[in-house]
Amino acid sequence: MSKKKISRRKFLVRGGLGAIGVLAVGTYVFRNPIRRGIAGALNTGDTPYMGNTSSPIIWFEVTSDNNIILHSPKVEMGQGTFTGLAQMAADELEVSMEQMQVVHANSISGNMDGFATGGSTSISTLWIPLRELAATMREMIKNEAAAKMGTTAEKLSISNGVFSSEGKTMTFAEAVKDVAEWEIPDTPVLKDLKKYKFIGKPIPRVDLKDKVFGTPMYGMDATLPDMLFGSVVRPTAIGAKFIDADISKAENMPGVVKIVKEKDFVGVIANSQTEAENAKNAIEAQWEVERTWQTSDIEAMIAVGEGEPFVIQKEGSAKSILEDSEDTIISEYKSPIGAHAQLEPNGALAFVEENKATIMMSTQVVKITRDEIADRIGLDSDQVNIVPTFLGGGFGRRLHTPNGIQAAVLSKAVGKPVKCFFTRKEEFQNDTFRPPTHHVLKATLDTEGMIEAIEHNVSSGDVAFGSPMLPSIAEPILGADLGAWRGGMIQYGGIPNYRTISWRKKLPFATSWWRSLGLLANTFAVESFMDELAIAAKKNPVEFRLAQIQDDDRGFRLKEVIKAAAEKSGYTEEVIDGRAMGFAASTDVNTPCAQVAEVSIENNQIKVHKVTCAMDPGLAVNPDQVRAQCEGSIIMGMSASMFEKMEVEDGELTPTIYGPYQMATMRNTPKEIDVVLLQNSDVPGAVGEPPLGPIGASVANAVFRLTGQRLREMPLKLG
Amino acid sequence: MKISFVLNGVSKSLEIADGNTPLLWVIRDILDLKGTKFGCGKAACGACTLHVDGNAIRSCSYPIQLVEGKQITTIEGLGNEENPHPVQQAWIEEIVPQCGYCQPGFMMATAALLDKNPNPTDEDIDNAITNVCRCATYYRMRKAIHRAAELNAEINPNTDVQNS
Repeated sequence: MSKKKISRRKFLVRGGLGAIGVLAVGTYVFRNPIRRGIAGALNTGDTPYMGNTSSPIIWFEVTSDNNIILHSPKVEMGQGTFTGLAQMAADELEVSMEQMQVVHANSISGNMDGFATGGSTSISTLWIPLRELAATMREMIKNEAAAKMGTTAEKLSISNGVFSSEGKTMTFAEAVKDVAEWEIPDTPVLKDLKKYKFIGKPIPRVDLKDKVFGTPMYGMDATLPDMLFGSVVRPTAIGAKFIDADISKAENMPGVVKIVKEKDFVGVIANSQTEAENAKNAIEAQWEVERTWQTSDIEAMIAVGEGEPFVIQKEGSAKSILEDSEDTIISEYKSPIGAHAQLEPNGALAFVEENKATIMMSTQVVKITRDEIADRIGLDSDQVNIVPTFLGGGFGRRLHTPNGIQAAVLSKAVGKPVKCFFTRKEEFQNDTFRPPTHHVLKATLDTEGMIEAIEHNVSSGDVAFGSPMLPSIAEPILGADLGAWRGGMIQYGGIPNYRTISWRKKLPFATSWWRSLGLLANTFAVESFMDELAIAAKKNPVEFRLAQIQDDDRGFRLKEVIKAAAEKSGYTEEVIDGRAMGFAASTDVNTPCAQVAEVSIENNQIKVHKVTCAMDPGLAVNPDQVRAQCEGSIIMGMSASMFEKMEVEDGELTPTIYGPYQMATMRNTPKEIDVVLLQNSDVPGAVGEPPLGPIGASVANAVFRLTGQRLREMPLKLG
Repeated sequence: MKISFVLNGVSKSLEIADGNTPLLWVIRDILDLKGTKFGCGKAACGACTLHVDGNAIRSCSYPIQLVEGKQITTIEGLGNEENPHPVQQAWIEEIVPQCGYCQPGFMMATAALLDKNPNPTDEDIDNAITNVCRCATYYRMRKAIHRAAELNAEINPNTDVQNS
């Protein structure tokens, strides 16, 4: 269809950092109102969509065979985002799911997310804007149809992308044919939730068949005519700075087209992947390394008590109570360095020409990727077109994309398309790791056995801080790293005295966003400690938790998932037939989740037989995909809690391959995962990360019931 | 060197400079079939799994010179939308994929397993399917593998199911 003049009338844009008061846990959370606002928005998920919602025609394309192509500014990295967005659009457009196709919007289309795909926000932030865009597009097409059919829009009914009136019909495709100028009407009133045919239904994924037949294009699958292969020399040592390289051996190797030496890296361009790798391995690079780091150095750095504390949550007078009491219970917990280990390595196919560049790649940050590349190769941002592909896993790893810059630099050097990827060893050694953490928890119980005061100290490497997504000016405003403390606040608002303290550590290697951020480690620590306190108080751990949750909407939803998980699993503290249950709960963004793990010990190994998961993400746009996210997150969370650990040995991060980097696989998968979905809110909330929270603690708590061993360090290992 | 083999039922004859080139890169970059994925390059993750003479092979570590005269099947040759392989049909019914990157390797490993063991137990699956999926879709994959065994039995009712 033709796209021409666009009216200046804007849609209602939902924005701003509203709903500050919704952060119900704690009357004091940050002293500074800006900090409080940002913290509130992050904790409630009430963050705005940061992209162009002023015109439907950059979002929707009507094809001549009467299908709709949704150009998505959010990327599909596995969470089913394309499917949820298609359901939301189809319901307002009045087309069938079979008529919906979803593709990644290229950056030059103008439909670009100004921030990122991540943080479990794609469906929730587009919930209102996308349906408004679809409803508006429907009205625009309807007006064109009415004019062509010689009637008025009010007289038209719509079904499956076909208008009808008094026995005459017209398809969307016929209605939009030859339209040269669109008038954008006022935003229509959205349909009543009950009228939706697709939202709320377990529709099969829109990318299901493509992924089963092996046809979708991932970054690594991109090709262009005359494409060459690049390979960049990457350091193995922590903190290594590139000095120079001897390329004399590599230069004359078979298939080598060019070797490019820049101020910060050296790379090869060759005729094939194998030739590029071989030549790269023949380059002798010199690096400056200031210090040879070991795991013990990192563990010493990460200890609570080192550096500056920052109080992020405070209610009552926890500090003095805990200091004065002689019965204060204190426990320490630890989590290790974690790797993303996503299956598709980072890389890009870049083609830099005189006045333009095309970059095809897996990225979670289309705009940052585009701007960084433009800056490095000397083009304007609008001369660089990022063509996002399907992501072979994201998990936060593709929020940093210097790999795109390197491919572009190599392409510019030869004037041809160059595809350049990490090896697996390079992935493991140059990851933006989940930071190690150290937690010190303290509490006192009152005479009734309830918590009188509790304090959580969390020390972590950076997560959000230092990321290109967060301008450095945000660090002093925020004070504490919002990624590191995610999931770390005390969620039991019925406790009279509590506080949470964040300790920031800058580590010598890159640490950053890893699926669910601090939630995984923080929940492991806090919910294991809650179990210790319940045992000290001689109380049932479910009832112990329920009794200390505040009476408000957030508290109600948390209580409901706790009750549902306990009931559905038949939770008991008894060990039956060599199996014990462990209980834990978390609140991530606005999604509470409770899990019960059923565990036995076989050959001195922890075996998880069954996990019951009750989660309330609010309205589930696609309940089947919410379940899929719970199932996957539980196993990924088990993997991180029970197996995964990066070490620092003689200055290098290790291991560097799957296998030695132990992960949960098929044999560790519970035979039963029972997901109970509650929907105590009529708007969609976070889904892709919250179910990672409770699993580590629920397994550890079960192990304690079974063996009497309190495992306070991830990965969980029996003594 | 000249290498001849059959790829998804079609005869291929190629001139390859280095016989040690991994089969994966020949399939992906020369023959342009992108369904077989690179994950680790060390046969540790299984993303590159395809069939050589019916056996599941991790093609990132399989030199091209070894395929002379052999039959290769990739995900593109396993089935298609009109005529899906039972493993693909089961994967669709169970809605297995998330990011999808590792899935062709898992489906190829599963198809080879079911060829040899038409009705695998959970333990057989644990021992045979050792690929890595970071989205951790294992729970649905296990269901899909059992479902594929059922579909196979429906298609070939005369085949004795040995392990049942």
